[in-house]
Amino acid sequence: MNIFRQLLVKPWLTEQDAALELQDDRTFSLPTPMLGLRVFLIVVMVFFTLMISAFTERRLFSDWHSTPVPWLLWLNTGILVLSSIAMHWAWTNARRERMDGLRLWLSVGGILTLAFLLGQLLAWRELMALGHFASTDPANAFFYMLTAVHGVHLVGGLVAWSRTTAKIRRGSKADDVRLSVELCTVYWHFLLLIWLILFALLLLT
Amino acid sequence: MIVAVMLLLVTAGTVIFHFMSPWWWTPIASNWGYIDDTIIITFWITGVVFVAVMLFMAYCVLRFRHRAGQRSEYEPENKKLEWWLTIITGIGVAGMLIPGLFVWNQFVTVPPGAAEIEVMAQQWQWSFRLPGKDGELGTSNALLINGDNPFGLNPDDPNGRDDVLIEADDLHLRLDVPVKVSLRSLDVLHDFYVPEFRAKMDMVPGMVTYFWLTPIRTGTFDILCFELCGVGHHDMRGNVVVDDAAAYEKWLQEQETFAQTMARAAPPMGQETDIALKADQAVARTSPQD
Amino acid sequence: MVDAAQDQVNFVPPAEVEEVELYHPKSWITKYVFSQDAKVIAIQYSFTAIAIGLVALVLSWLMRLQLGFPETFSFIEAEDYYQFITMHGMIMVIYLLTALFLGGFGNYLIPLMLGARDMVFPYVNMLSYWVYLLAVLVLVASFFVPGGPTGAGWTLYPPQAILSGTPGSDGGIILMLVSLALFIVGFTMGGLNYVVTVLQARTRGMTLMRMPLTIWGIFMATVLALLAFPALFVGAVMMTLDRILGTSFFMPAIVQFGEQMEYGGGSPILFQHLFWFFGHPEVYIVALPAFGIVSDLISVHARRHIFGYRLMVWAIVIIGALSFIVWAHHMYVSGMNPWFGFFFATTTLIIAVPTAIKVYNWVLTLWRADIHLTLPMLFALAFIVAFVNGGITGLFLGNVVVDVPLSDTMFVVAHFHMVMGVAPILVIFGAIYHWYPKMTGRMLNVPMGHFHFWVTFLGSYAIFLPLHYLGFLGVPRRYYEMGDTSFIPDSAQDLNAFVSVIALVVGLAQLVFLFNIGWSMVKGKKSGPNPWRATTLEWQTPETPPGHGNFGEALPVVYRWAYAYGLPGAKEDFVPQNLPPDQVMAEGGEDLGAPAAQPAE
Repeated sequence: MNIFRQLLVKPWLTEQDAALELQDDRTFSLPTPMLGLRVFLIVVMVFFTLMISAFTERRLFSDWHSTPVPWLLWLNTGILVLSSIAMHWAWTNARRERMDGLRLWLSVGGILTLAFLLGQLLAWRELMALGHFASTDPANAFFYMLTAVHGVHLVGGLVAWSRTTAKIRRGSKADDVRLSVELCTVYWHFLLLIWLILFALLLLT
Repeated sequence: MIVAVMLLLVTAGTVIFHFMSPWWWTPIASNWGYIDDTIIITFWITGVVFVAVMLFMAYCVLRFRHRAGQRSEYEPENKKLEWWLTIITGIGVAGMLIPGLFVWNQFVTVPPGAAEIEVMAQQWQWSFRLPGKDGELGTSNALLINGDNPFGLNPDDPNGRDDVLIEADDLHLRLDVPVKVSLRSLDVLHDFYVPEFRAKMDMVPGMVTYFWLTPIRTGTFDILCFELCGVGHHDMRGNVVVDDAAAYEKWLQEQETFAQTMARAAPPMGQETDIALKADQAVARTSPQD
Repeated sequence: MVDAAQDQVNFVPPAEVEEVELYHPKSWITKYVFSQDAKVIAIQYSFTAIAIGLVALVLSWLMRLQLGFPETFSFIEAEDYYQFITMHGMIMVIYLLTALFLGGFGNYLIPLMLGARDMVFPYVNMLSYWVYLLAVLVLVASFFVPGGPTGAGWTLYPPQAILSGTPGSDGGIILMLVSLALFIVGFTMGGLNYVVTVLQARTRGMTLMRMPLTIWGIFMATVLALLAFPALFVGAVMMTLDRILGTSFFMPAIVQFGEQMEYGGGSPILFQHLFWFFGHPEVYIVALPAFGIVSDLISVHARRHIFGYRLMVWAIVIIGALSFIVWAHHMYVSGMNPWFGFFFATTTLIIAVPTAIKVYNWVLTLWRADIHLTLPMLFALAFIVAFVNGGITGLFLGNVVVDVPLSDTMFVVAHFHMVMGVAPILVIFGAIYHWYPKMTGRMLNVPMGHFHFWVTFLGSYAIFLPLHYLGFLGVPRRYYEMGDTSFIPDSAQDLNAFVSVIALVVGLAQLVFLFNIGWSMVKGKKSGPNPWRATTLEWQTPETPPGHGNFGEALPVVYRWAYAYGLPGAKEDFVPQNLPPDQVMAEGGEDLGAPAAQPAE
């Protein structure tokens, strides 16, 4: 039943309430960890929204000098897209209970993510070599901060990824890890989306 | 019994304290009596609600206290009553909000022809700047500040040359003349407040804020800093003196202008243009407000 | 009502509880220290919060000593005073109230009141506590670094907070920001648990509208916290970067003590927006659980259903939603665009309507009730007094132009202490007197409780009521000493001395309460499973205190709402939520479905 309709129920009238008892006691028909992840993603989204609004607000001032976007970021973006696709494949394989494919694509996804993080660090090095430090300009400060917090979120994802990988190593069945793989995949897609938004904003300035 | 009596005593005590309190507003010295009026309206509306709720509660405690065999009445909701309470509350809230918004509109709208002055704050002192004969304040920038130019005035701006600078001394205002107070800070947040004026506003480094008032009685009043600004916050004091026209003019004659200060300091030529260029870039940044 | 309908109502399909893999402690350490049982975590949270809260209490004594008797205590310098107010505020608001209401009461009551075995993610729940403890330790550590803790005021406004004119700008502010970030991480872990548990782990028959208001309050407060804390997190990260790396997020060009600083181009007001986008919902993060809990205290001890339950739920939801569009009422005189004032004054005063309705419904619950003046009831009544008083002064400060003379005066101090200090803490006391029997199996001592109640209630009212009037006079907050002014009479100093003495007395009375907690654990009267004859599920557990898994073999099935007090025709004046319908009626009683006094619609 619709959550808003539930709020109109008069709970002291037993007969009106009875209709509700027949339904399941869960509010959402999702696996509990998936709901947990979704709530967490909402929190992360609020976090990034606030950072982005601080960023866009600051850009409106006329003394804004954009940070040059290293070309390496294009490559990194491509790698992150590929890692997301690999995770998706891993999930598809998990659903079809193909352990070999699952193992392969999960590893590919993780390795590509590491490559992305490494690429981001190289991009930082390139910027610093050009003399763009965080303290020299507000635009630089935002550039480093936004890329850093995105990277930290990916590192957090890699922790979950490594736990899943370890489970598979120890010989878990596809059934046991399917949900973990699915959670990882959703998280990866989400962070890809966030990155695409951040990247677009950095390019636009 | 004792609980109901205590509730009544607390209510009565609150009301009596309100009317007997020796601590109350300072006598007003600006046009912002409207603010006091709005507060009085708010006091009456909320006071009635407070007393009504307290009395009702005391009555319930007295009347419906547990007795052997007593049971409560079962009435989960009463739409009519709840609607009435909501509507009455809404009216009460509107009664406070609407006058408040009218007065706020006046507060943020500076009347045309108001004289402009500037108050500049830094840890932990006040300085003031008056526009001089041309009636306009010159542009300024924090990057221009040095020992010879403590206000950071732009030396190339003709409007600023006749500005009157007052450091470590009292600010004087003219009676009955509306004045727009522009507020600037060099380091951290401060807040310019004279309790008798009722009006205040934070001072934020990197931007210029304002409020306006018309002094309505002469006298000397305390200026206090009303935004925590470091260990010297409580010591950041000053005085504002409201003069009639004659006394004000006499005082104004005795003050030094920016041109006079600069002449005394006589900066070596050649440095100015460089500084001015730096300032131009920075002035652009401070313009959009929030 | 016909029998057929009755049968249909009575039939509740047996709960098909999935075999949840309950976490089983294997050793003393995993049972009491690294425990994943929400009840143990709740008690860990509560003790940590109360311990750090006592530090904040002592800080408040020290600052009252300075305010009441300036130039008497040479060991309190201006630096110290500003550090005291900062740490007092921060600890009380975040590390005590937020942690105790959500981490303490939330953990204890959510699974028990909803008929769940535990939180849905027990391991994450355990981590939540340990990260919180770490945050508290980092906070405490800031007292011991060179320069001491930060003295920037609990609002931590830049540029002040990270510049040298402020105490604790070396290490104190960094530890403060790190501690806040840790707190938020820890809270988010706990908060996910509370929200998902409420949504997914309710027992069969516990529909949303049958949940006790305590759960509604805690649930909504958690939602607010999850959405609001990120703003503080962002602010803390950016300020840390400003302080350590020299970035200029919040730092404009600054000339301090005649020196040009390296900063330039940042906006101090941006931080204020971020801070209050968190800070205003934070008020309701503390207030909503208090609203919920006090509703239940009043209902149980007045032996009457809460009046207007649906409106109470809606009010909680509406207040929660509105609390995100009122934040700038803390910034009327901050220098932000003055035209925002119209919008935020309007939204702020609108929020007064659902809040007022809650107050009406509390007192209307007392109407034609059967009031037992137990200790929880006394605290609930005192809460209403403090909350109404503090609520109406909020209408002064929310009305933009009235705020102009009052902002940053003692009026503000008095207002928020009354509304989010005294009022929620009275609820916390009431709640502890109420649920202590469930946690320990023993009652708290009543004479000691009465002493504690009267001193705390009358004392705190006497502290904060007069302070409003100093605010009208124009006495500023956050002043180490008033010094000489032309407008403050000497009597104001006498009042400050009076307030300081009362503050010491009220503070000391809390020692009686703490003693009572310890003493009653050993010597208290045995309470039995349901001493207050309450309907909610936590009182129906097979063991008191509830054992591992809360409900023994089978989870309870819920047949009715949480407020079946004084149900006409019932055997008792209360009907537990899980009592099967055929056992409710007295011999020859009326039938259950149609309460006698249904309002005409």
